[in-house]
Amino acid sequence: MSEKAGLFAIFFSAVFTQNILLTYYLGMCSFLAVSRQVKTSLGLGMAVVFVMTFTSGLNWLVFYHILEPLELQYLRFIVFIVVIAAFVQIVEMIIERASDALYAALGIFLPLITVNCAILGVSLFMIIREQGFWESVAYGFGSGVGWMLAILAMAGIRQKMARSRVPGGLEGAGITLVIAGIMALAFMGLSGVI
Amino acid sequence: MARSPVKKIFLENLGRNNPVFAQVLGICSTLAVTNVLKNTVIMCLGLVFTTALSNFTVSLLRKWIPSRIRMMVEVLIIASYVIIVDIVIKATLPDISRQLGPYVGLIITNCIIMGRAEAFALSNPPGVSFADGIASGLGYSYVLLIIAFFRELLGSGAIWGISVLGEAWVNWSIMVMAPGVFFMLAIFIWIIKGVVLKQEEEKA
Repeated sequence: MSEKAGLFAIFFSAVFTQNILLTYYLGMCSFLAVSRQVKTSLGLGMAVVFVMTFTSGLNWLVFYHILEPLELQYLRFIVFIVVIAAFVQIVEMIIERASDALYAALGIFLPLITVNCAILGVSLFMIIREQGFWESVAYGFGSGVGWMLAILAMAGIRQKMARSRVPGGLEGAGITLVIAGIMALAFMGLSGVI
Repeated sequence: MARSPVKKIFLENLGRNNPVFAQVLGICSTLAVTNVLKNTVIMCLGLVFTTALSNFTVSLLRKWIPSRIRMMVEVLIIASYVIIVDIVIKATLPDISRQLGPYVGLIITNCIIMGRAEAFALSNPPGVSFADGIASGLGYSYVLLIIAFFRELLGSGAIWGISVLGEAWVNWSIMVMAPGVFFMLAIFIWIIKGVVLKQEEEKA
């Protein structure tokens, strides 16, 4: 029971209080570039949740069962990125065969994800925090959901703001960063919960 | 060899085509370390090293890299240099290495490095690519250093760990926390776009 509560706490804090995007700044590039529309943000967000959950588990297995016994921990950057890239490639092929609708929704976002820093970041954080297997999966899933939440909120705000007037130099990236800052403040308010 | 293209590359990267404020690229991994100036300097050195050498290597190999798997090859080259950076920092500055945490490894996925390799190194000779790597690394670094300078100054009243603003100063603790950096970068982009780029446009 207590273990379950632990997993939930990890999940919750990864979604809200330690949101990977708003407190660790990971995945900013695609966050700024893709957050123009809710629909595309949702597609990318779902792809991130999916890939993050599985790669954090896979990388945990690879790190503790292959790299550590062989004392090759220093190779982890290369190995993690290869695992992520290979996973994304395989998933892309499976989805393409299995379901056209799913491929249309997620397919174009998958290649983008290989270079999304948040995915690699989750795997690296998991090693630094010395989490167990299920904890890592919960953390990966939570971070993915947190990232999706942030990009959806941002896309919603940006769509509402599409016709608002913004001071000259702040258009585009500038105003997006200001919104992100305010969102980060809001998420910080939740930090008392856990 | 021709000096003028190298000079042009430097000017482009430091000014108009700066990766941070003109293209808003690669701000992911390094924003997190700008709360203290010292860490930022270390991070920037690592970044310049990686960008320059990976650009150089990609450019050397550009005729042999099959275009279908070029992304993978680029990532592997970048990752090898990042491993060197990580090991050197760990061996010489263990404290800073602990504070930087995963962000050194995240240099790999910094879009600037990948972007330069893809856009420049694949189509240019090694010498110029090396210069381009240094230039875009520096263009990125100086923006981060400015941000880090103000964040540390306002957030903890200090520069390089030495208190400069005295006892009377009340720390803006929001500056060293997550939201501060978003506002800081937004203000920075605003100033650059509003003042500097506008002047250039008027001149042109």
